[in-house]
Amino acid sequence: MLTSLMPWLLAVAILLAVVGALRRARLWLRGRASNVNVWAGIRAMPKRYLVDLHHVVERDRYISNTHVATAGGFVLASVLAIFLYGFAWESKLLAWLLLAASGAMLIGAVRVAKRRQSPPERLSKGAWMRLPKSLMVFAVSFLILSLPAAGLLPEGFGGVVLAALLTAGIVWGLAEMFIGMTWGGPMKHAFAGALHLAFHRRPERFGGGRSTGLKALNFDDTQAPLGVEKPTDFTWNQLLGFDACVQCGRCEAVCPAFAAGQPLNPKKLIQDMVVGLAGGSDASYSGSPYPGKPLGEHKGGPFQAIVAREGKGLLDPETLWACTTCRACVEECPMMIEHVDAIVDMRRHLTLERGQTPNKGAEVLENLIATDNPGGFNPGSRMNWAADLNLPTLANVKRTDVLLWLGDGAFDMRNQRTLRAFVKVLRSAGVQFAVLGNEERDSGDVARRLGDEATFQHLAKQNIHTLQKYSFRSIVTCDPHSFHVLKNEYPELGGEYVVYHHTTFMERLYRDKQLSLKDWVGGRVTYHDPCYLGRYNGVYDAPRQLLDALGIDRVEMTRSGFRSRCCGGGGGAPITDIPGKQRIPDMRMDDIKASGASVVAVGCPQCTAMLEGVVEPRPQVLDIAELVAQSLIEEETRA
Amino acid sequence: MSRNLAKLPSNDEVSVTVLVSVGQHPVTGRLRRADQDARALEMAMGLSDAEPRVIYAGPLNDSIEPALRGYLGMGVSELKVLRQSEQNDIVPALSAFLNATPSSVILCGSRAELGESSGLVPYQLADALGYTLVANVAVIEKVAASQAVVLQALPRGQRRRIEVALPAILAVDSASPVARQSAYAKATRGFINCVVSDTEEKDATNEWHYAPARKRPKRLKIIKATSARDRFKAAAAKAEGAGGQVLTSVTAEEGAAAILKVLKEEGVLKT
Repeated sequence: MLTSLMPWLLAVAILLAVVGALRRARLWLRGRASNVNVWAGIRAMPKRYLVDLHHVVERDRYISNTHVATAGGFVLASVLAIFLYGFAWESKLLAWLLLAASGAMLIGAVRVAKRRQSPPERLSKGAWMRLPKSLMVFAVSFLILSLPAAGLLPEGFGGVVLAALLTAGIVWGLAEMFIGMTWGGPMKHAFAGALHLAFHRRPERFGGGRSTGLKALNFDDTQAPLGVEKPTDFTWNQLLGFDACVQCGRCEAVCPAFAAGQPLNPKKLIQDMVVGLAGGSDASYSGSPYPGKPLGEHKGGPFQAIVAREGKGLLDPETLWACTTCRACVEECPMMIEHVDAIVDMRRHLTLERGQTPNKGAEVLENLIATDNPGGFNPGSRMNWAADLNLPTLANVKRTDVLLWLGDGAFDMRNQRTLRAFVKVLRSAGVQFAVLGNEERDSGDVARRLGDEATFQHLAKQNIHTLQKYSFRSIVTCDPHSFHVLKNEYPELGGEYVVYHHTTFMERLYRDKQLSLKDWVGGRVTYHDPCYLGRYNGVYDAPRQLLDALGIDRVEMTRSGFRSRCCGGGGGAPITDIPGKQRIPDMRMDDIKASGASVVAVGCPQCTAMLEGVVEPRPQVLDIAELVAQSLIEEETRA
Repeated sequence: MSRNLAKLPSNDEVSVTVLVSVGQHPVTGRLRRADQDARALEMAMGLSDAEPRVIYAGPLNDSIEPALRGYLGMGVSELKVLRQSEQNDIVPALSAFLNATPSSVILCGSRAELGESSGLVPYQLADALGYTLVANVAVIEKVAASQAVVLQALPRGQRRRIEVALPAILAVDSASPVARQSAYAKATRGFINCVVSDTEEKDATNEWHYAPARKRPKRLKIIKATSARDRFKAAAAKAEGAGGQVLTSVTAEEGAAAILKVLKEEGVLKT
């Protein structure tokens, strides 16, 4: 009886899955156009799924093994079942393979169930608690189904009772695994995820690459709405990406804003985008909410404003402005979803279309427009800190080896110490360098993260225009934000440069034996990775090698390297200043204290400012340039 | 905040006009929306749901247009331009236009950031139109069909409540609420509509009489404070006119004599 029913069950399940897939695809295609190489994406997809995605999942060994067993077993079992029972192929070998596949899937399913016994806070509950049961039912049903065909059980074993039970099990299994996959069940992640990986908006990220620069807005059409107001303003592959979320909550676990009790949770944000995509309210969401925002109060639809102009929409604006753009969520996401892109897209709408940048945002943007720096300082005073240093300016020398990009830290007295230390190092190494001086403008980093793409592009184009006039081999900067913007975001606007962060540059000088250093004395040191140097640009080793070269007793924090916790200073977060339960730099300082270090080495003016803002007593905050400058053996001949 | 002010019922709508000028940033001198004029527009936008009429009189060129767009970015869809050549006096153009298309409330900044910056435009305009003028307006509390209640800013945060008959010109003080952010997209999409174009050179400065600035007597400021606290108290204390006297119900001659006496004592008047 079951053998005659099987083809029908499979056919109905597949048919319903296809219908569901088409319906879902129609939702995605409401989004804006995106420049995607469809065929190349589909060709690359299996490798992206099996290699790139697996590498991220593998950071949790338990779940990566579980996932391989479950997903591999399921895919194989499904294909085999279609041939064995859909097309009624009679093959003992295939039956044995089905037995093995469903067995593997069962092992995986049991492991999923174990993880779900007391699930960590970051995991979503609700329908996800049903998934291990469904997986087990599917696996067990096909396991038993394959036994007679493999010759391990006589045909007709168990009689009508077992046949009925099996039928029920297979119906449940197929409903969850096939139909649920395209109709919005937990298995949706497999279907949407595969397509998301194929049509990812940053294909450069696969195969070990890196793509972190924000994408430029096009201002040619003055009537086109800027940024993302409603879900359909995202590109179709962004919408697809939201649908790929497995709600594993790894993003939530690393989000500094969430930990600080600010109203942001990257996982919830992506789920809210899914709610917006399909229409509805967030009442059925079963993970951690935004801190301080109860579930069920927000709702939206594909053509409704995400941040309502009046009343409550899908999101409150504070949620978007709490993000420090530290990219920890993106780094951690096994589905490679681009949270930061989505947040900045929505910020662009709030700033450019509505003029609603909160708190000091409007003032900072006005300063950037009127004075080319966020603090509103006289642009003619950019070089005041170096009045006694006699730095050569490019306006005078026209060509140089190294252009020292100062960044807006030039106006900040604390960062001026770092700059002076770095100048000392450069002089000691005999590097031929020059500065732009008062011709330099803000790189546009803060404007861009605050959503003011117009001001960013204006500043960027002016800087590129200035840089065009001169000849230099490379740009070196002490500011990872300028570093990132110059290196990764200017090329799209026509400025391509060789850019180094000062730590990389000093490390190279040291390797080339241009720096003579004595050991630095002064206790244990830990290194805080700036987000825009580490996660955005993959520079993790150079600063550490430099500290080691100084003979420093270096200790690592629990969260360091690509898992480094943000200082709270990125993305304009100190400007928009969304209240939470605690401050992000305080949490980071606790990490530093826990490492037992008495000095924290930093490489970013923002991190310096944020960490030094933590009340004493606390470890001392020193830039790596200062540590190196303190350890220079200065020769008499080089004045 | 005027933004949160209860909006007027629609049957009580009064027509509001905002006069704006081109400002310049105090540090870099880059052209921008003028701060006080933007505050005036902010105030007008809080008065009713209807869009206020925004008028600019003066020269128009490629460097001025982006500055004017700063006002459009606040959310008004159109800015009317009474185009004048560089040296023209804008008061005749404004008064002619406002006479032809009157408004019961006319808001403007107290003083331009560019040009002569004399702060006289509101006065001259009120004179030409025969409207009441209230200077240094900090808040508009209520506007009805024929009357408005405003708070006037006085030194050291003091406020004076004034009832004014409409139509009136309200010159906005820097103590009024800060203008909202100018949104780029609104600024680029808004219309700059040239309604009058009078580019004939009528150099108003030709008629002016120039004289060298006279040196004014300087009041001696004797700092007696020895500690930071004393200096702060001296700076923050209300300047009480010590030794002054209030003269009420005196004849004009007695008053004038008293004033002359003080001026002589202070050394303002010699002889």
